[in-house]
Amino acid sequence: METQNLSPDAPLVIAADVRKHFGPLEVLKGINVSVQKGEVLCIIGPSGSGKSTFLRCINQLERIDGGAIWVGGELIGYRREGDNLHELNDAQIARQRRAIGMVFQRFNLFPHLTVTENIIEGPVQVLRENPNEAKKRAHALLERVGLYDKRDVYPAHLSGGQQQRVAIARALAMQPQLLLFDEPTSALDPELVGEVLNVMRDLAQTGMTMIVVTHELGFAREVSHRTAFMDQGQLVEVGDSRSVLANPQQARTREFISAVHK
Amino acid sequence: MSDTIYQVSHLTLVPRRHYGRLVAAAIVVAVLAVIVHAFAVGQIEWNYVGEFLTVPVIMKGLLNTIIMAILAMVLGIVLGIVFAIMRLSENPVLSMTALGYVWFFRAIPALLQLLLWFNLALVFPTIGIPGLFSLKTVDIMTPFVAALLGLGIQQGAFTAEVVRAGLLSVDRGQYEAAQTIGMTRLQMLRRIIMPQAMRVIVPPVGNEFIGMVKLTSLASVIQYAEILHSAQNIYYANSRVIELLIVAAIWYLVVVTILSLIQGRIEKYFSRGVAAVGNAK
Repeated sequence: METQNLSPDAPLVIAADVRKHFGPLEVLKGINVSVQKGEVLCIIGPSGSGKSTFLRCINQLERIDGGAIWVGGELIGYRREGDNLHELNDAQIARQRRAIGMVFQRFNLFPHLTVTENIIEGPVQVLRENPNEAKKRAHALLERVGLYDKRDVYPAHLSGGQQQRVAIARALAMQPQLLLFDEPTSALDPELVGEVLNVMRDLAQTGMTMIVVTHELGFAREVSHRTAFMDQGQLVEVGDSRSVLANPQQARTREFISAVHK
Repeated sequence: MSDTIYQVSHLTLVPRRHYGRLVAAAIVVAVLAVIVHAFAVGQIEWNYVGEFLTVPVIMKGLLNTIIMAILAMVLGIVLGIVFAIMRLSENPVLSMTALGYVWFFRAIPALLQLLLWFNLALVFPTIGIPGLFSLKTVDIMTPFVAALLGLGIQQGAFTAEVVRAGLLSVDRGQYEAAQTIGMTRLQMLRRIIMPQAMRVIVPPVGNEFIGMVKLTSLASVIQYAEILHSAQNIYYANSRVIELLIVAAIWYLVVVTILSLIQGRIEKYFSRGVAAVGNAK
């Protein structure tokens, strides 16, 4: 596998000229970006700019139409033989996804499973971990997100913020090398946003590599190392979060940031 | 505001009289009384009903009815799940085949299908793999097998539609969440999607199972010894037609009542996590 040849300081995620269209609509017009191990990248931008689609391409919920993505040195979705790229089969795609956690806007917890069952589902069913061991780790993760006392309830009994914290614990239980967040606080009541952002801030401090699509500019400024601004399927500007947000170089970025602050 | 008209504390509430309800109840009770009286004085020898209710032939027939209903339903559910998943497949050959199956077996009356299976020997005198083995169709297509195939396959066509509706009722996000924890398609269906789809699937399938118990009576026309066939055999001998039909009717009532109670339990099980909020005390 190519992973072995990866030098320790090579980026964990590399996207090269990533393109995606839905019918005639070009959603991604050649995205180039890389994320270092332990880095937090925030992607901001108006609705329909393609930022969620880009995130979904990284773990193959969408298939890309051009370009390439590497995660941990491994080409995503394809196997390269000479100059040919062969599409991976379902089992290979499933294996690649294990190492990439995802947190959704609408949580997507499994409603028929309790909080603990939600968290151990992947470890037990996919990674074939011992259920008791998985449960122990699940409870430790619940402690970490402050929901140990909710370990045996069904998701419907939880607030949105609590559900999202469980969803983060579920993603962490797979021990991913990369976590993707797709607008994790957009479906939350305003008073619940803080508890989720706090968990994400703690994660960032432990060195977890994260790509976060968000509208929370405050989070981007304080927690993420770099911020990317996307508009109309293009990465308009990428750079150090403080400078991009405080002193954007592009006119479109400036317009967006001032519109959000209004 | 000190007018006496605003002083209400000494007033008494007089409940409204529901005269309409009283009249309706009186009419219904009268009609019921007439019907019960008619059956009581009609030419029904009730002692024969009691006598034949538990004779061995009827008990055997009842057992055959229950066995056939369960086996045909199991076959129907297995076929229904397979064809529903085929129908939602991205492979056009699979999805069109599933569509054709549902179209064909839903369109032809169950009684006609039973007769077709039972008379299969007229089309294919022998069944087998050429060169390996060959069996006479008449020997294989017993009333039991013909009834099972006829009822099970047509049930599969109905169940496929129910299962498909169930699968489609599960939120897109559930499929994606299952994929992102690295599940394969089969794991996802088995662990995440089907358990949730069951909440939508179980009530109609429960109804169809009850329907199947009654549908097995059709198998009497191809000589399968279910309860109606057994009752008929007895009244061909003793001419107690109505009495034995009532015996059969009583057993259908008993079985369907028990099934309805079981169905309620199963529905409650599959709605866990969803109904939990509503039921929380």
